[in-house]
Amino acid sequence: MTTLSVRNLTKNFGALKVTDDVSLEVASGEIHAIIGPNGAGKTTLISQLSGQLPSDSGAVAIGGQDVTGLSMPERVKLGLARSFQITSILPGFTALENVAVAVQARSGSSFRFFAPVAQEEELNDAALAALKEAGLDDRAHVRASALSHGEHRRLELAIALATQPKVLLLDEPLAGVGGEDAEAFVARLKRFKGRFTMVLIEHDMEAVFALADRVSVLVYGRIIATGTPEAIRSDPQVRAAYLGEEEEEVA
Amino acid sequence: MMNLFVLQLLNGVQLGVLLFLIAAGLTLVFGIMDVINLAHGVLYMVGAYLIATFAALTGSFWWGLLLMLPAAVAVGLILEVVVMRRLYARSHLDQVLATFGLVMIINELVEITWGTSPLSVPMPELLSGSVPLMGPLQYPVYRIAVIAAGLAVAVGLYVVVNHTRIGMLLRAGATNRTMVSALGVDINKLFAIVFTLGAVLACLAGALVAPILSVDTGMGESVLILAFVVVVIGGIGSVKGAFLGALIVAIVDTLGGVFGPILLRSVLDPAAAGQMGRVLAPMLVYILMALILFAKPAGLFGRSA
Amino acid sequence: MMSDVTTAPTATRAPALAGRVKAAALLFVLFALLPPLASALNDPFYVLIGTRILAYAIAAMALDLILGYGALVSFGHAAYLGFGAYAVAILSSYGINDMVLQILGAMVVSALFALVTGAISLRTRGVYFIMITLAFGQMAFFFFISLSAYGGDDGYSLSQKSTVLGTDILHSDYGLYYMALGLLAALFLLCNRIVGSRFGRVFTGIRENATRMEAVGYSPFRYQLTAFVISGCITSVAGVILANQAQFVSPAFMSWHRSGELIVMVVLGGVGTLAGPIAGAAAALLLEEWLGVLTEHWPLLFGLFLVLMVLFSPRGITGVLEKYGIARGKE
Ligand SMILES: Nc1ncnc2c1ncn2[C@@H]1O[C@H](COP(=O)(O)OP(=O)(O)OP(=O)(O)O)[C@@H](O)[C@H]1O
Ligand SMILES: [Mg+2]
Repeated sequence: MTTLSVRNLTKNFGALKVTDDVSLEVASGEIHAIIGPNGAGKTTLISQLSGQLPSDSGAVAIGGQDVTGLSMPERVKLGLARSFQITSILPGFTALENVAVAVQARSGSSFRFFAPVAQEEELNDAALAALKEAGLDDRAHVRASALSHGEHRRLELAIALATQPKVLLLDEPLAGVGGEDAEAFVARLKRFKGRFTMVLIEHDMEAVFALADRVSVLVYGRIIATGTPEAIRSDPQVRAAYLGEEEEEVA
Repeated sequence: MMNLFVLQLLNGVQLGVLLFLIAAGLTLVFGIMDVINLAHGVLYMVGAYLIATFAALTGSFWWGLLLMLPAAVAVGLILEVVVMRRLYARSHLDQVLATFGLVMIINELVEITWGTSPLSVPMPELLSGSVPLMGPLQYPVYRIAVIAAGLAVAVGLYVVVNHTRIGMLLRAGATNRTMVSALGVDINKLFAIVFTLGAVLACLAGALVAPILSVDTGMGESVLILAFVVVVIGGIGSVKGAFLGALIVAIVDTLGGVFGPILLRSVLDPAAAGQMGRVLAPMLVYILMALILFAKPAGLFGRSA
Repeated sequence: MMSDVTTAPTATRAPALAGRVKAAALLFVLFALLPPLASALNDPFYVLIGTRILAYAIAAMALDLILGYGALVSFGHAAYLGFGAYAVAILSSYGINDMVLQILGAMVVSALFALVTGAISLRTRGVYFIMITLAFGQMAFFFFISLSAYGGDDGYSLSQKSTVLGTDILHSDYGLYYMALGLLAALFLLCNRIVGSRFGRVFTGIRENATRMEAVGYSPFRYQLTAFVISGCITSVAGVILANQAQFVSPAFMSWHRSGELIVMVVLGGVGTLAGPIAGAAAALLLEEWLGVLTEHWPLLFGLFLVLMVLFSPRGITGVLEKYGIARGKE
């Protein structure tokens, strides 16, 4: 486990300021939720943190180590994993293979050309364990393209877990998941509490307030407030800018 | 030495405008339709054969040129409607295979129709002869006319692309295809126009060189690859890039062949310089392409991926 | 709207792998039976074309390694055929006649060329990649055209066949044929191992979704470049065989048409199957021979065949076979 610190991060798409001077300190083991309306720049921020998108300025550090200049694969090696809002998996691989290839990235060289990887029990066992934690072990041998939407969301989670992250960035893990599925998912995330440092982006306020230690509110690329769920819920600025009617649902 | 340089530079420019005519269509088709068309080079050849035929029939270069144009439009439209249209939504691999097939078909059809012996197109009376350049230096009028014609087309294309509605759509299409379809434009019609325009320009290039080259079945081959290099250097979808790329490629190719060995001779002994110059000269444009791509993977005017 | 390169289902799983090996085994048995058949029919021509088929099968299979498993449409693979062929010509002119050394030489040159051109081409995608590999292939072509010491445009006749570890088994057409078959079988097993290995899984994963692979910690470039180099090296072996078969090398081995034909073979046989392109090479060359007997304008018919195949059978011959229930469909 380790800390995540973000200093004065910015990103422009042409004239559009999508990330506007964002600073954030996430303590070790904290679940830090980021909420904000559609188009606020949440996914962009995650992409900058994970190294998928270069930042225009600012710095990102995990566990005190500056990673601003590192690529996405290099950051993963240091323990920074992300999941995607729009499911991003290897459609032709089975669920198990999807996860096993993530395990493989962290265990031994991938420049091995002869031994059949399918028979590497270590990889398969670790992959199965990650699938189990995400609640997908019963579908391990199904081709990923044949899985349902809810199963895809769990596969996303399993893949992220398999990289042995210290800091986990989850971009709307519950997107499109409802009812019991969502509840089970929240319960699962709750179990991770204290195991990883987590940045959680979520529109589902119930999930956010159930899980988060602290919440930041992102509007037009700016963090307008950060605080405990209670403090955020009662912050007048936040209510005006974002929560609006949803606030009633939550209360 | 200076004279030789000027002469070769002009030859380079002349090759450059021809390459531009070929590459302009290619880059638009790549940029807007995301289609790779290997058959673009054979269109250049078809243009040359068409003018050779029409000029022979009418006895006049000018009539030949005039008749070549509608024929080229027909060729472009037929190709678009019968084959290309079905390839837009397909994978690049399918496009490679189908247009590779087209190359074979068109090459053979040309051979069946016109035979294997080269044809020649007479120089138009009006443009024959040479003009004095500087000092004792003479330059053929026809080549100057080719340069002028090429530049005129380039200017015309520039105006169309930058100052007309269809040009606006072309530019938008090259950067954002979905946006153009969202504008409610008949994308099929736009694609047909672009492809046919590209085909006509390639045919025109072939027709223009017909009087100074022999018209034969292999003439599309080397030109296609050079046009690819131009498109890659200039950046896919950029007409401006195609123009600059064409001039760079043509001038490097022309001057490199002549002056490469001369330059090498100043550092190597003559025999080795000659040998090495001959080997290096034809590779020069590819080395140039590699260097440019190394610095700018999307080409000079390409949008980065 | 634009789909990426056609990709076959992954074959990283064991059952699919076994099926593929079985199909290949059948092919190899057929290949092994050809020479006795030819001598029974007293028609040595079959062995000659058989050797060419085996050589192209190696090249097509090597191309499939990156095209099928990595979605890298290299349009410059004929260059490696040329490196193989010219390795024979150039080394033998220096008295190095052993095929083992010639293959080694071909591979070293191919690896270097693939490393440099691959490093540049792999920074790009899609049509760019196709055009740039095509251009680099053409660069190699022009290099050998201007190499006047080895005949330039006209090519260069070889004065003798290669030896193999000092023996002259290649001196008979049958010896060369079985040598080619042995090399094909060995390289097929090698490629099979590669696609089922750790490396193969990563490489295939990059084809499936490069961003996902980066997000779990892989830099695609290194794996793609490695595969590109391996593919080039294997292709050059085909060139060594072709030079020995024809006793002649020329830049024609590496024209861009040849590169196109290699792609045709891969697609004919089935992208991403390794064994398929072997059959594809046989199909393409036999089709060429057969059409060539019908008319001197056979490319017209071949081209028509290609266009019609793409327009009406998107998944190639495998697609046709599957449609009529002959081949195993997607699982
Ligand atoms: N590659 C891009 N180029 C240009 N603009 C972009 C790009 N990616 C995102 N944007 C714009 O940046 C803004 C923020 O997008 P982002 O996806 O980060 O928002 P978000 O907060 O994740 O939204 P949502 O809640 O819908 O997921 C949006 O206006 C979007 O249109
Ligand atoms: Mg988002």
